[in-house]
Order: sequence, then structure tokens, then C-alpha cells
Amino acid sequence: MFKSLRVRLSQGKQFIPDVRAAKPAGFRGMPRIGPAPCAAGCDACVAVCPTAAIRTDPLSIDLGRCVFCNECVSACPEAKLELTPEPRMGAASRADLAVGPGAEERIRIRANEGLARLFGRSLKLRQVSAGGCNGCELELNATANVNFDLQRFGIEWVASPRHADALVLSGALTRTMKDAVRLAWEAMPEPRFVIAVGACAISGGLYEGASGVERTFLDEVIPVLYVPGCPPHPLTFVNAVLDLLGVAE
Amino acid sequence: MSSVLARAIPVGEIEVLAIDAWRAQLLARAQARARPVIVYGRRDAARVVLTAVHQDGAGLVAARTSVDPATGYHELTSSLPALHCFERELHEQLGVRVAGHPWLKPVRFEGRDQAAMGSYPFYRVDGKEVHEVAVGPIHAGVIEPGSFRFMCFGEHVLHLEIHLGYQHRGVEARLLQRDPRALAPWAETIAGDTTIGHAWAYAAALEALAGHEVAPEHELARAVMLELERVAMHLAGLAGLAADVGFLPGAATYGRLRTTAINSSMRLCGSRFGRGAVRPCGSGVTLDDELRELLRANVQLLRRDGAIIDDSFEHARSVRHRLAGVGVVSADLAMQLGLVGMAARSAGVAIDTRMPAHGLYEHHPIALCTETGGDCWARAQLRISEIRASLDWLDRVLAERPTWRPARDPVPALAPSRLAIAVVEGWRGEVVHCLETGEDGALVHYKAQDPSLRNWMGLALAVRGNDISDFPICNKSFDLSYCGNDL
Repeated sequence: MFKSLRVRLSQGKQFIPDVRAAKPAGFRGMPRIGPAPCAAGCDACVAVCPTAAIRTDPLSIDLGRCVFCNECVSACPEAKLELTPEPRMGAASRADLAVGPGAEERIRIRANEGLARLFGRSLKLRQVSAGGCNGCELELNATANVNFDLQRFGIEWVASPRHADALVLSGALTRTMKDAVRLAWEAMPEPRFVIAVGACAISGGLYEGASGVERTFLDEVIPVLYVPGCPPHPLTFVNAVLDLLGVAE
Repeated sequence: MSSVLARAIPVGEIEVLAIDAWRAQLLARAQARARPVIVYGRRDAARVVLTAVHQDGAGLVAARTSVDPATGYHELTSSLPALHCFERELHEQLGVRVAGHPWLKPVRFEGRDQAAMGSYPFYRVDGKEVHEVAVGPIHAGVIEPGSFRFMCFGEHVLHLEIHLGYQHRGVEARLLQRDPRALAPWAETIAGDTTIGHAWAYAAALEALAGHEVAPEHELARAVMLELERVAMHLAGLAGLAADVGFLPGAATYGRLRTTAINSSMRLCGSRFGRGAVRPCGSGVTLDDELRELLRANVQLLRRDGAIIDDSFEHARSVRHRLAGVGVVSADLAMQLGLVGMAARSAGVAIDTRMPAHGLYEHHPIALCTETGGDCWARAQLRISEIRASLDWLDRVLAERPTWRPARDPVPALAPSRLAIAVVEGWRGEVVHCLETGEDGALVHYKAQDPSLRNWMGLALAVRGNDISDFPICNKSFDLSYCGNDL
């Protein structure tokens, strides 16, 4: 009894009161590209990028491929690049994941009115990993812990696809999970949608074109929400979902 | 001297034996209690070169042979069960005939599609009331995929088969398709929960090939990140175990303590998983006076609040009753199966590649933890003791007021015709990376091994004779990696 009370006392309040405004200290998140022009012909950042996430002229970073390894930041002779602690990087379309100079004005996820009406007060998620490294899986689990407490918004992880509204995919999609992913999707009642989590699920990431990867499922079923990162911070996921559902700031 | 077990051997100096002599040597080394670390194969024209690496005291020794895959050789698993996973891999990956192998089942269905997954050769148990329970590949939680089949008599598990391969991405092939000096992001995702373990093993092997001695401050930074990873993952495991036995204060408190541990990693290197912390010939870790004091305060918080929840967890009769005596692996079985890391140590087998102390561990020794029970309770206890040992170690290291800045030397040219082996004691157990260069200094082979490859069979046998409802806690107590096995 006293032991339990001590635990309760030491625990205090752990939840993050305002997940919409939280900026995790030290986190390498949303890139900021400085306005200075690149030196003529310089491709130092492109050369060191492990996932071909960078385009030059004009310079832009594809958050759907980026693994936030910081190599480009160290390589840039002009010190134009920075990874800021901003975790809110989700996007509702693949094209919106491209970040150019002036990313501060980048369009945030516009609430999907249809989805907001259906799921704004209750959304059930079924997660399937297909080639995830347990990075995304651990961070998705963390969204439900006492710190991030996703349940406070009426959003829950469920055990069966039959109970789920959204299929949350992580990993580059392996050939040996091809049928299982489809079975899970087909078991879900409509209306349903897909959320792609992490560079692997969004673009193949570090494993794009690897021998065990087959991404045909995502050619057919286009995700409604993209959550970038390697792995994404729980706040990136939580905010992307809340934005999509139009939950007030 | 490197702080991890690492060695680069000129290929010409590796002992090459005829297959019979190689087999005899493996048997002799087992007699002499040298421990097999890895056995793997590499295609060489029409033949396959087999390499066996043993730990002998604080050193690594390698011996090679070459076989025609069609003729193959006669299996060793019956005499040395610890080799079962290596021989299965040789058969599956390289088509080597391993005659008489008693358990020649797929390790990961490499190169196959899902249709093949239905053809796993499960053993069957026949009997009037024997039934099978199939689980997976998709499980009920947010977890990686894998398939389990239980042969049950009522609730009683007679036999469990673990069928993996759903996570096979093609990691080893990918590691040969990129610049060998820039593979850190891939090493970090071989098993993403062991980012530091795999990245350090890669860096140490590459540095051995390049003949580069990494600066002591970078090694210490890696070692600090490795212990933070161990603390974080042990806390995650305890939180999961507490949730699985219905001890909710444990789930909540161990869970939030893990947040403190991984947020500390994030302060030091920008990622909660330590991505970017380890780079060949350098490090991406920042530790200035302010961050060090913050880290020390977090270590104190983890010790203080950790002790409170440990006290509650260990004295809760419901927890002890649920975990004690469940999923037992004896010391004898652990040794025979070649279990490594915490699965071995919690069964009383004192293997820890940080011992005997070498490199920075001579100056900063870390306590070896073991338990004797070999059951779920022992595995939980071991995690609690290892968290304490790592926190004590971090406290002592940080008391010397180190400061680090991210820095990297250029990676020198890789020496030609060398085999480099590096072994790092990750939180689950030993992580092994073997890199070999050809005559022109280009990388010709990359073999990465997660401890999970060796420990999955331990879980399968631990569940035998238990109830089917004991499986989730057995599984959580071993806490093995699916993607680390499937590669």
C-alpha cells in the first residue's frame, strides 16, 4: 500500500499539457533552408544524402525520404541547412512533403472535412509493420504512453483491423508481408484510410529498391496522411492526425 | 586498444582447413570451451567459403574452409546445437548442403515471396486431443510481424515453432550497394532499437579495416550512448512486462522513465534512438557543461524514481507469482543453444563481451550482472540490475566531467584483403559485424548478426511445458528482434 503510494507520488503528472505547441529540446526535425544562394554547381548536400532526398536548383528536401541524419547540414559549405526542433512535419499529400526555402510558410495539413465529421471525436487505428526496424513501432507505442496520451483525443490503437478506421503502415513493405498487409486492409470496414509512417513507408527510405521490398500495395492505395521521420517523433504523429481531423489548437 | 572486441585479420593469415579438419577444429574448440560467435558463408565462384569465429578469452579467432555447395558437409548441429542457426542460414542463403541437419528449417525465407511463407515445414504433434494454435504474422499490438504456432494439449504447450522472415528487407545486399564508409544510417536500422549497438559494431569493424584508432573521447561517447540505449530498452521491456501481467503502475512509471532516458539521448545527439551518434572515425554527440549537468540530473532521477518503482514491482506478489517459474531456460540449455546476452546471463551463463575489461572499461569498469533462475522473473530481475549497473557507470563516468563535440576524421583507405570482425554488447546481447575487403580494398562481403538470431530458439524451448497464456510474458521477457533476425 505504502509502496504504491510512493510510486504514485514519484510519478506526479507526466502528460504534456499542450501537444500542439510542444517542441522537443534537441530534436532534429523540420529542416530550415537559409535564403542565401548555393555556390554555383555545389552539390555537397546531395552527394552525402543516403536517401536521395535533396534536389538542387532550387534547393528542396523531400521529407518523405529524409532520415534526418544531419549529413547534409554538416556538408553544406554555406551553412544554409538546419534541422530545427519543430516536430510538426506531417502532410496530407506526397507533394506537400517537399520543403524549400521559406519553409515557415509551408502549408500545414488542411483538415479533411469528411474525415473530421466521421472520426473527429473517435478514431481507431490498426498498426501494421512490414519491414519496420522497431523504431517507428516503438514511437507509435509511445504515443499512447502517459507522456503523449493520445487517448485523450479519442484516438486509440486497436487489436483488430475489423475495429479500425485507419491502417497505420510502417516499414518499407516487404515482399513476405504483401498478402498480410492486403488482408488487414480488406478486413477493415469502410470508410477507411491509410497513414504512412516513417521514411520507409512513405518512399521506401533507406530500403527503396532493396531485394526484399515490394511496394505495390501503396501504388494502389494512396495514403491520406504522411508522417515523416526516421523514426517520427510521437509529436509528429499526434499532430499530423489532429491536424487531419481539424482538432482545435 | 579498442573497447569492443574488434580485430582485422589479413585474409592470407586466416587458417584455412580442409572441411574435415575444420569440423574437427569446431568440435575441439567446443571441448576447450571457446565460444562460437558466428559461422557464416560467402560465395566464391562455384564454391562457398565458410568462416567460423570464436571468442577465446578476450580475443577473436577465425578459421576457414571451402566447400562445394552441392556436396556440402556433414552437419555439426547434433553435436553442437549452438550452431543450428548458422547451419540453417548457410543452407538457406547459399544453398550449402548440410547433410543430416536435424532442424533444417528456413531462417528468414530470404528472396521468397509470401506464397512461400505458407510452406514452412512445421513439426506436427499427433494425438486425439492435440490441437494447433496459429498466431501472426500480424499480432494484436503495435509490434513487428512474425508467426508462431503452438502445438497444445488443452492449455498446455507441447511445442512451439517460431516462423520468421516477414521482415526480410535485404539488408546485407543493400550494405554492399553503397559506399562502405557511409553505411551508418543502414547499420542504425538493422534493428532500430539497437541503433548504437549496430552502429558501433559497424564503425569499429570499418576502423579496424582502415587501421584507424578512434579518439578516446569518441569511444567514451559511444559507450555512454550504448548504456543509455540499454537503460531505455530495459525500461521499455519492464513497462511491457508490467502491462502484460496487469501491473499498471509499472507500465506507467517504467514507460515514463524510458521517456527520460531516450530524451537524454536526444539532447546529446538529436534523436531519441541515438541516430547520428556513432559515425566511423568520429561521433555526432554533443556534451557541454550544461548538457552534462542535465544528463547527470536525469541519471539521478532514473536512479531515484527507478528504485521506488522497482521496490513496488519486485514486492508485488501478483507480479512475482505470474513471472516466477514461467519460461525456464536452464544454464545447461542456454549454453548448449548458444544463447547470448541477457537471455544467457539470466540463466546464470556469465557472457558479456564488455568483460574481461578492456579499452575504456579498464578505466571505467562496469558490473557484470547475472541471475540463476532462467525464468521470466530472472529476466526481469536481470533487467532491473543492469539498469542500475548502467546508471551507476554513467554516474561515475560523468563525474569526471567529460565534454564532447561532434567531430569526424576522414576514413582512411580500407586495407586490401582483410577480414574485420567487431562484437559489441548491445542491450539484447552481442552484435556482430564482419566486413571483408578484396584485393583492391573494395568491400566484398558484409555479414551483420543481431543477437536475436541466436536467442529465438531459446524462447521456443522456454515455452514448452508452460500454458499458452504464458507465451506473451515469455516473449516479452526475451524481447527479441524480428527485423534483426530477418535482415
